[in-house]
Amino acid sequence: MLHFRDISFRYKIPLRATVLVLVTATVLTASLLLREYRDLRRDMLDGSARWSAVLSQTLVAPMLHDDLWRAFEIVRAATSPGGGEQASAITLVDPRLRIYVSTDPARYPILAPLHERGEAAREIASRIDGAAGTGSHSVEIADKLYVITPIDADGVRLGHMILEHTSTFMQSRFAGMWLSATLVTLFVLLLILPVSWFWGRRMAEPLVHLADCIGKVGATIPPPGALQFEDSKDELGQVGRAVERMFDELREKEGLEREMLFSERLAAIGRLTGGIAHEINNPLGGMLNAIGTYRKHGASDPELAARTMSLLERGLLQIRDTVSALLVEAKAPSHPLAPQDIEDVHILLKPEAAKKSARLQWNCELPDEIPLPATLVRQVLINLVLNALQAVEAGGTVACDIGLSADGMTMAVRNDGRYIEESRLPYLFEPFVGDGNGKHGLGLWITYQIVTGLGGHISVQSEPGLTVFAVDLPLGMAVELESAS
Amino acid sequence: MNRRQALFGLCGLAIAGCGARAFAETGGDAVRIGMTPVFLDDQVGFLGAWRDYLAQALGRPVEFIQRGSYREIVELMRQEKLHFAWLCGYPYVREQRWMRLLAVPVHQGQPLYRSYLIVPERDTATTKITELRDRVFAFSDPDSNSGYLYPHYQLNRANTSPANFFRRTFFTYAHKKVVEAVALEVAHGGAVDGYVWDTLARTHPELTGRTRVADRSPTFGFPPFVAGPVAPPALFRRMQEILLAMHDDGVGAGFLRQLNLDRFALGTPALYADIERMLRAISQPNA
Repeated sequence: MLHFRDISFRYKIPLRATVLVLVTATVLTASLLLREYRDLRRDMLDGSARWSAVLSQTLVAPMLHDDLWRAFEIVRAATSPGGGEQASAITLVDPRLRIYVSTDPARYPILAPLHERGEAAREIASRIDGAAGTGSHSVEIADKLYVITPIDADGVRLGHMILEHTSTFMQSRFAGMWLSATLVTLFVLLLILPVSWFWGRRMAEPLVHLADCIGKVGATIPPPGALQFEDSKDELGQVGRAVERMFDELREKEGLEREMLFSERLAAIGRLTGGIAHEINNPLGGMLNAIGTYRKHGASDPELAARTMSLLERGLLQIRDTVSALLVEAKAPSHPLAPQDIEDVHILLKPEAAKKSARLQWNCELPDEIPLPATLVRQVLINLVLNALQAVEAGGTVACDIGLSADGMTMAVRNDGRYIEESRLPYLFEPFVGDGNGKHGLGLWITYQIVTGLGGHISVQSEPGLTVFAVDLPLGMAVELESAS
Repeated sequence: MNRRQALFGLCGLAIAGCGARAFAETGGDAVRIGMTPVFLDDQVGFLGAWRDYLAQALGRPVEFIQRGSYREIVELMRQEKLHFAWLCGYPYVREQRWMRLLAVPVHQGQPLYRSYLIVPERDTATTKITELRDRVFAFSDPDSNSGYLYPHYQLNRANTSPANFFRRTFFTYAHKKVVEAVALEVAHGGAVDGYVWDTLARTHPELTGRTRVADRSPTFGFPPFVAGPVAPPALFRRMQEILLAMHDDGVGAGFLRQLNLDRFALGTPALYADIERMLRAISQPNA
């Protein structure tokens, strides 16, 4: 569901402006109408009072002469549709508050006591009783308005005239007023709303632009000049400048990082070169020594010659190992990995384990061929297991679990040998880190290169008594595979 | 315009005003006829046409004088300001010492009419005026036979009087207004000229439809045309001839039709004997 707070300012500000305009218009119109209603009511009361005064004057003579019919004709004319549009009924009462005559004789029959003619009549009767003076006064009972006017002749009270207004009279006039006021308001709204919408949009635009620019940060940093804002001193200007400053700093930071990365890489290359030099230099020194010894003593000693040759051979083999390890990144064509490949590694490593008198637990659950390059996977496995065998004490255990998960192939190699100190963990996969036992330390680096090259992930956990290397290799990576056949 | 001219102008105006008034008072040579609401005297257009018809027949201007009550017409006549008047039988009977019977209208074949007791349409029970005790009652004119004398007489015979019997009574000074008062239920009952009610039933059925005739009186002499002392014998005869012959010419017959009358006839004072008897009865204090 779309919440209002999730709506873009592009709409939110115009919407708020619209609501504000609508509320203002409604409140204004309502208050004006209320005032108009009061004025209308007052005008009506005033008009009715004046009209009553005139009417009561014309009633003096008929009432003084007790000419009932004449009085009736006057009040009837005053209430007839063409006559006094104001009153719906007029009732005359005598000084004893009995009905003299009424335009509504059914409700107010002649000579009936006024107070017996219903709730409103009783209220009016009590008002007349309590009222003093010669002016008319109005009273609202239920939804009707009554104007009570005394009929006096030479200071003698002949009776009262009760003029009854139905509220519908006010309502119909007020309804007309309401309608016209509403129409005018709607017309004004029609003019104001587009303007407020336009201004709202204008106000929202810088915010939206800012949000767009900031939103891009992370993926990229907007280039200088991408952020456009009015150079004002209001909050938008302040935010704009702050964001611009932030972008500048981000760009600076990015530059620094790039430089750092570059120098880091240079350092890594330096370390690598140093390592290679060292790795090659060691056998070279041995070999040169052997050749020197051979020249000095054993040109005729065939045993020495043989030993020298053997030494040279081992030295060269070590150099070849080093060099071939460095060539790992070269992608060799390979066939898809089959369970047999894993078994081959097992067989290959069994003698190593036996040599170390370590137990090698092998648990392979690969069902079938899987689309991963066999050579590289085998190398990863060999490297990890050899490392593990190296780490265990005599009689220790190395376990290897290979299987398939939803994400691809998993390999876990555990050993209970020496654990890796925590401080070494971050550098474990760097080249030539080694374990301080004279190994050149390229194994894990190569493993890491292969695994990341295959789009996979390698992790290590180590604590006293248990070290686990876990590898996840996703299937289906676009790896060039040689046909299995 | 200087001051003198202005003064002359004002004097001229005053003299002209006086002259006009004098003519109006004496009527010049116009024949002055008083009209009362014994018929539907509010048909101004009709009255104008009828007046012109009479003027043409007489060869003299004719003026119809209308007043709010019968009494005013009688007074005008007594003061010799009217030659003739169409009055009710009741004032004629009272003033017959100096009034002469000119002609009597003939309604439905006879120079007779009745007094109707009318009640609002809703009242389906009342059949007699004596059933309206403590109600509001409308009379037409205190000098009307059908609209006052007859109901008064009836109550008299029942040993009571309007003032004691009814809760409230009032006069409308026209039969048509009695019908209105009863139709609007301002009054619970009213006494009305039967001829007027019947004529109204033809012209204003929506008004009479809201009333019901509860009782009809015996017949009385129809409200007559009378002549006052000021009418010279020649004019009296001429006027009588014209009225009696009205039904003979088409235009006159048209007016009679509009009046809902057959014709005019010669009447005798004996026609009004019943009214005179009732008058005497109510004039005597009850035993």
